[in-house]
Amino acid sequence: MSVISRGGPSPHGYRLLQDRRLPVLVTASLFVVMFGFGAFRYQAYGFLDAQVFMNLFIDNGYLLVAAVGATFVILTGGIDLSVGSVIGFTTMLTAWLVEKQGLPLLVVAPIALAVGAFGGYLMGYVIHHFEIQPFIVTLAGLFFFRGLCLVISKESISISDPAVDRLAQTHVPLPGGSFLSIAAVVSLVVLAAAFYVLHYTRFGRRVYAIGGSEQSALLMGLPVAGTKIAVYTVSGFCSALAGLLFTLYIQSGDPLHAVGLELDAIASVVVGGTLLTGGSGYVIGTLCGVLVLGLIKSLIQFEGTLSSWWTKIATGVLLFAFILIQRTMTARRRG
Amino acid sequence: MAEPRPVLEMKCIVKEFAGTRALSGVDFRLFPGEIHALLGENGAGKSTLIKLLTGVHSLDGGTVSLDGRPVHITGPLQAQQAGISTVYQEVNLCQNLSVAENILIGREPVRAGRIRWKQLREQATELVTRFGLDLDVSAPVGSYPLAVQQLVAIIRAVSISDAAERRGAGGSKVLILDEPTSSLDRGEVEELFALMRRLRDEGMAIVFVSHFLDQIYEVCDRMTILRNGTLVAEHMVADLDQMQLVQLMIGKDLGQLEELSEHHAQPADGEPLLRTEGLGRTGGIAPFDLEVHAGEVLGLAGLLGSGRTELARLLFGADAPDGGRVDIDGKQVALRAPNDAIGRGVAFLSENRRAEGLVPDLTVRENIILALQAARGWTRPVPVSQRDELVAKYIAALDIRPADPEAPVSALSGGNQQKVLLARWLLTRPKLLILDEPTRGIDVGAKAEIQKLVVSLSEEGMAVVYISAELEEVLRLSHTIGVLRDRRLVSRIANGPDVTAGRVLEIIASGEHR
Repeated sequence: MSVISRGGPSPHGYRLLQDRRLPVLVTASLFVVMFGFGAFRYQAYGFLDAQVFMNLFIDNGYLLVAAVGATFVILTGGIDLSVGSVIGFTTMLTAWLVEKQGLPLLVVAPIALAVGAFGGYLMGYVIHHFEIQPFIVTLAGLFFFRGLCLVISKESISISDPAVDRLAQTHVPLPGGSFLSIAAVVSLVVLAAAFYVLHYTRFGRRVYAIGGSEQSALLMGLPVAGTKIAVYTVSGFCSALAGLLFTLYIQSGDPLHAVGLELDAIASVVVGGTLLTGGSGYVIGTLCGVLVLGLIKSLIQFEGTLSSWWTKIATGVLLFAFILIQRTMTARRRG
Repeated sequence: MAEPRPVLEMKCIVKEFAGTRALSGVDFRLFPGEIHALLGENGAGKSTLIKLLTGVHSLDGGTVSLDGRPVHITGPLQAQQAGISTVYQEVNLCQNLSVAENILIGREPVRAGRIRWKQLREQATELVTRFGLDLDVSAPVGSYPLAVQQLVAIIRAVSISDAAERRGAGGSKVLILDEPTSSLDRGEVEELFALMRRLRDEGMAIVFVSHFLDQIYEVCDRMTILRNGTLVAEHMVADLDQMQLVQLMIGKDLGQLEELSEHHAQPADGEPLLRTEGLGRTGGIAPFDLEVHAGEVLGLAGLLGSGRTELARLLFGADAPDGGRVDIDGKQVALRAPNDAIGRGVAFLSENRRAEGLVPDLTVRENIILALQAARGWTRPVPVSQRDELVAKYIAALDIRPADPEAPVSALSGGNQQKVLLARWLLTRPKLLILDEPTRGIDVGAKAEIQKLVVSLSEEGMAVVYISAELEEVLRLSHTIGVLRDRRLVSRIANGPDVTAGRVLEIIASGEHR
């Protein structure tokens, strides 16, 4: 048989417009432009201090971890609405175990992570085996974990444990005199681990395959059930870890912590260029999304005269713009 | 010459779905180094048989053996490992992943759990080259045309079997191709056939399912024919001509059919109500020219899957055409959506009445009034008194039972549901009524009533396009008969005393108008 040459995929335009990395690049450039704007406008207020940049990681580390978990779920075409509640519950559980039960954080942390992962596992199990939309199952999770917070205590529990305090105050010095918090470092480690898992393990590729077409993945003989349950477990684990980082950041547990944070996480993932329909996106994009949302907050703080609600308005506008970009991109890809 | 041992043998296969027997006692043998056609009309049990083989469904009875050893297939993964690979009609690849990943996913080369991308690409390139293709394996598979994707799917399937053989797990090599050619053009089909022949010569056993009879005769060695879930026959392709094959598939003797044919007077000439020129849709139906006059019944004959429904959907604007024009009442119209067609007096009764017609939770009255209300727009509700009057009139005229407008339509029998749908469209006073399999699955009495209704509607001046798998029905009702084959309108003949079921079958079988 002769060699049939197909000449490769449609050459012009394909590389740039249909490249799946394009949305990440768009978000990254947006970040650079916004940062440049801030540097120009707030030069006198020390915006260019390296610490301003590092603070983005310090202030949003927990969000990054939660958003990385959400990225796994969204890549399969699912959604996890329980993120904020699991974070809130983790802060309560941690504060209660440390303060009221006197357990050391080293014992409490694994418990909290296990509880979060198990919650995610249960939701994933229900979603897959009962064929229920992830939206509704994780919505149930949202109410369930928020309710559990109030079972522990109706009041906020502040943490005065010196070990926790020390950990929270620890500065990880960086060259140039700036520093990161432990939480920020943990979040970056999680990000790196997620990148490795998604791109260098069979599990990670299955996540993309399911997002591309669950039916195809099934017929190709891939273990779809296990993978789907696993992504919700990962998301539950990440939420609990985000909860621990949030506890360090705030040093208290409160039944009303992180209300609606799942929406920030989803917004970061989408602004980071991951398609809500699944199968396309990168955790690096999610990092860009988190940084952009964090930067909006910083810029509004630097401006000083604007109410913090402008953060929400800016996020809304941005999200809207990115969904439209995604839509036109997928339309072009299909057409 | 003694026959070699079959690589795959299925015996007395039984499969039931919710009490209905999809397969009853079917035997199927597959020999190494042959391309074996699995034939039958839609609903004959081909897909069910394949899904049993690939582990999508589980057996209710019977045995499957590979290389003489009984096997129990539990799922797609296990079927693949046993050496049975399948390529489905809808290409089952992940469009977002690269060609290399699609070929090797689940079997990626890893070291200490880490995917070795370079090696993955090399392996994939090697496989692709071995199959005579030249692809950029790191490009997303979705960026290639469907035909190439089909070949990629085959490469994946075959390479899995190869790997299974190397591991010594069975060593059987069965490749199932389920309607692989339905969306390919001629040149692409040739490429696929060349690959199939090569694999056959290497000793692979290939099951080929297709509606295209010419393709069966072109590439297959042996065939198994199913009808209504039972085995009809197994033949060498060379021993059976197309005419005999079609008879076996339909299950009717030609002599028996000819007695049944009846004829109509010719319809009025003059300006056609509907005229199409070069209307077509890739993968649906080849461009066709068609005329329907007022008062004419145009019957569409052809095997299931020959493009009858696709043609009707184009006339109704349910699918968008790739090209061609439609004239209604002498004016060119653009049918972009069903609403455009409805507005011009076209009504369409889907063959799939449960999914595409009835709203099962609503009452008979609500179902009947739906299209009329939609045509008027939601701002102008049909007055209650007029509504009740119309509904009562049509319930009586069509003898819908029970004659209770408040009954939920889901509680009605199939025939009465069909009448409810007919009433719905008749209420809008269409000029052209398209009926897709209106009598399928309903009892004889209701069938006769619907046929009578079609005759009287055409006498009142309504144009009707009547699609049916039953030739007798088409012959009895139609003024003109359009014959479809392999998604092409191959012939249009005026019905008359010389038109017999035999002649129409000949056209279906040969594709030629003699």
